[in-house]
Amino acid sequence: MLTLLRAVIGRDLRLAMRRQADIVAAMFFFIIVVSLFPLGVGPEPDQLRRMAPGVLWVAALLATMLSLPRLFADDHRDGTLEQLALAPQPLGLIVLGKVIAHWLVAGLPLVVLAPVLGVQFDLAADALGVLVLSLLIGTPALSGIGAIGAALTLGVRGGGVLLSLLVLPLYIPVLIFGAGAVDATVSGLGPQAHLSLLGALALGGVFFAPWPTAAALRVALE
Amino acid sequence: MLEASNLECVRGERRLFTDLNFRLAGGEMLHLQGSNGSGKTSLLRMLCALTPAASGEIFWRGRAIAKLGEEFRSELCYLGHQNAIKEELTPLENLLSSAELAQETLAEDAAFDALAMVGLRGREDLACRYLSQGQKRRAALARLVNEKRALWVLDEPYVALDAAAVELVASLIGAHLQAGGLAVLTTHQAVAVPAGAVRELWLGDADARQRSQ
Repeated sequence: MLTLLRAVIGRDLRLAMRRQADIVAAMFFFIIVVSLFPLGVGPEPDQLRRMAPGVLWVAALLATMLSLPRLFADDHRDGTLEQLALAPQPLGLIVLGKVIAHWLVAGLPLVVLAPVLGVQFDLAADALGVLVLSLLIGTPALSGIGAIGAALTLGVRGGGVLLSLLVLPLYIPVLIFGAGAVDATVSGLGPQAHLSLLGALALGGVFFAPWPTAAALRVALE
Repeated sequence: MLEASNLECVRGERRLFTDLNFRLAGGEMLHLQGSNGSGKTSLLRMLCALTPAASGEIFWRGRAIAKLGEEFRSELCYLGHQNAIKEELTPLENLLSSAELAQETLAEDAAFDALAMVGLRGREDLACRYLSQGQKRRAALARLVNEKRALWVLDEPYVALDAAAVELVASLIGAHLQAGGLAVLTTHQAVAVPAGAVRELWLGDADARQRSQ
């Protein structure tokens, strides 16, 4: 089982490395969206500090969305998805591998970039720490939940827009608790409660989402 | 070993075939024929349990494949219309990763030999997007060289191949049948398989069969 997970993750990471433009594009999107806000709103530090968690989290959601349509589309187009569906292991396990690979490629870079971008908003050190932690816990949930949407819209014309309509509402809890954790730190309440709930969402997203995703993929392959 | 009973295929509003029955034993090959759109690919996908049949059942070793699931899939090798080749990877990486995903052990030397056998010597480390259509097909067919699974389901395996490669694939299928395996394939080319018994199955109306003969 673990060898299969490793094989799927290794394969997807290798493919991503051969196609770095996709990763870089999503990262630049994140950087630019976050950087536009201080320019648009003005340099008032109090206002920026208050906006920071929400802006960074919304930008992270959108950047994740950007890479979701390709999660299964390439494999579907070249016939690899059929082979994965015919592998002698549960398809859900293969999907879990793909979700983990997606997070490593699309989620982890956001976590690394976030503190640098947070400085633009004059966030204090402890708030920056919680921001990184909340993204680290929350972005796997984004990959997991997003996989369901990506599988449901597979092969649909104009699937990208449909995918956003389907997945963004499901991201709302992650957004609320993720941004809430940073807010709570800024206002001195402590982020523990928010982070725990975020952790629960992430566990649910990563370990339960692959099964409905696998079912949706089988329907798409029929 | 492989048996279909009263299969029916409905695509959209059209009923492609009904009451399709066949039985295939070890060492036998089923050659599916029929005009375009007669349901050959649909039947192959049913045999892989990718598409459910509108009615009827398929049995593998006496048990329905819908119930067997992973047990059946571990004995099935499917090669579809698409090559299932990643353009960004090299033929060697493609071959090794497909073996890995099927949970088979394939030594790197064996993979090199397989690629040399299908005529890709010297191109093992070239990304597949630089290969021609026929070479990509060869890279996909290299999987068959070391394939030990009992049931091969091949959709138009000879498409885009030159005469030498067609002969090679036919000999691979022959060796597989001789070892007691089963094969189901569609092709519009008349290719003789060197060993094993070949059974033919026509899909579609009788007129189309008359015209093509």
